[in-house]
Amino acid sequence: MPSERSILRDALGIAVASGAYAISFGAISTAAGLTLLQTCSLSVLMFTGASQFALVGVIGAGGSVWAGVATAALLGARNALYGLRLSSLLDVRGLRRVAAAHFVIDETTAMAIAREDPRQSRFAFWATGVALFMLWNLGTLAGALATHALSNPKVFGLDAAPPAAFLALLAPRLRAREPLAVAIAAAVVAIAVLPFVPAGVPLLVVALLVALFGAFRRSG
Amino acid sequence: MIWAGVLVASVSCYALKLAGLSLPQGWLQDPRVQRTVPLIPIALLAALVATQTFSSGQHLVLDVRAAALVVAIVAVVLRAPFLVVVAAAAATAALLRLL
Repeated sequence: MPSERSILRDALGIAVASGAYAISFGAISTAAGLTLLQTCSLSVLMFTGASQFALVGVIGAGGSVWAGVATAALLGARNALYGLRLSSLLDVRGLRRVAAAHFVIDETTAMAIAREDPRQSRFAFWATGVALFMLWNLGTLAGALATHALSNPKVFGLDAAPPAAFLALLAPRLRAREPLAVAIAAAVVAIAVLPFVPAGVPLLVVALLVALFGAFRRSG
Repeated sequence: MIWAGVLVASVSCYALKLAGLSLPQGWLQDPRVQRTVPLIPIALLAALVATQTFSSGQHLVLDVRAAALVVAIVAVVLRAPFLVVVAAAAATAALLRLL
């Protein structure tokens, strides 16, 4: 079926692009002080990019591990909404659901909901999930190994890499006015509270304010 | 400590994914939840960009990372691939330190 071939081609393209993210994740994580095994474990076990970058970013910036964990979990909350959207489409139960859950991320959701036919949706979900998982982990290993060999990552400007990585993850989400306003406000608030709270905590303040904003704003 | 963080964060993120696939469809259909949850990553990523560029621990600082961020913004506006954005920022910081 030609459409399945085109789905496979798209899935591979997305996986290759994500493999490149993963190289920078592996490098940033190792430069932040995580071991090779910790870095690779994150990509195998967590497998959701923004959360992984956040955890190692907070640790690398000298924040507490638990502030990093909380930020990673908050960033992962959107995957729960993706799961709700996907559950009727995928119709998975038992062990298949346990496996499918691991693949519920931005890219697989986008690929699955873009199809008209549920069979193609399922195929797109699994193809993207499996391909991305493999290249994500390969990329992580490559980036971690490359950085592992460096004695002082700061010489290579790797301390400037995390903000650029977060920016690149953020940019595609800023196509409307409200997200842009939220992003600017969040950056300003985080900088304003930073001198007064422990490292990593400004992120939690920002998350709390967004939740309050969402709860109390007028609908419409 | 880092291992504990790695494991707890991984389990939390997996639990959120599994919860989404397992909860009844009616859950979280409140329009406020639907509109607010997508804003959380936007706010957190923006806060991460700002804090990781302009701070060192609890201190606000302005150093080569700010210049690196400007280069990253230009790269993003030009729709450069992810790895190019990150590499351009790192290279900028490394070169400025050499000067």
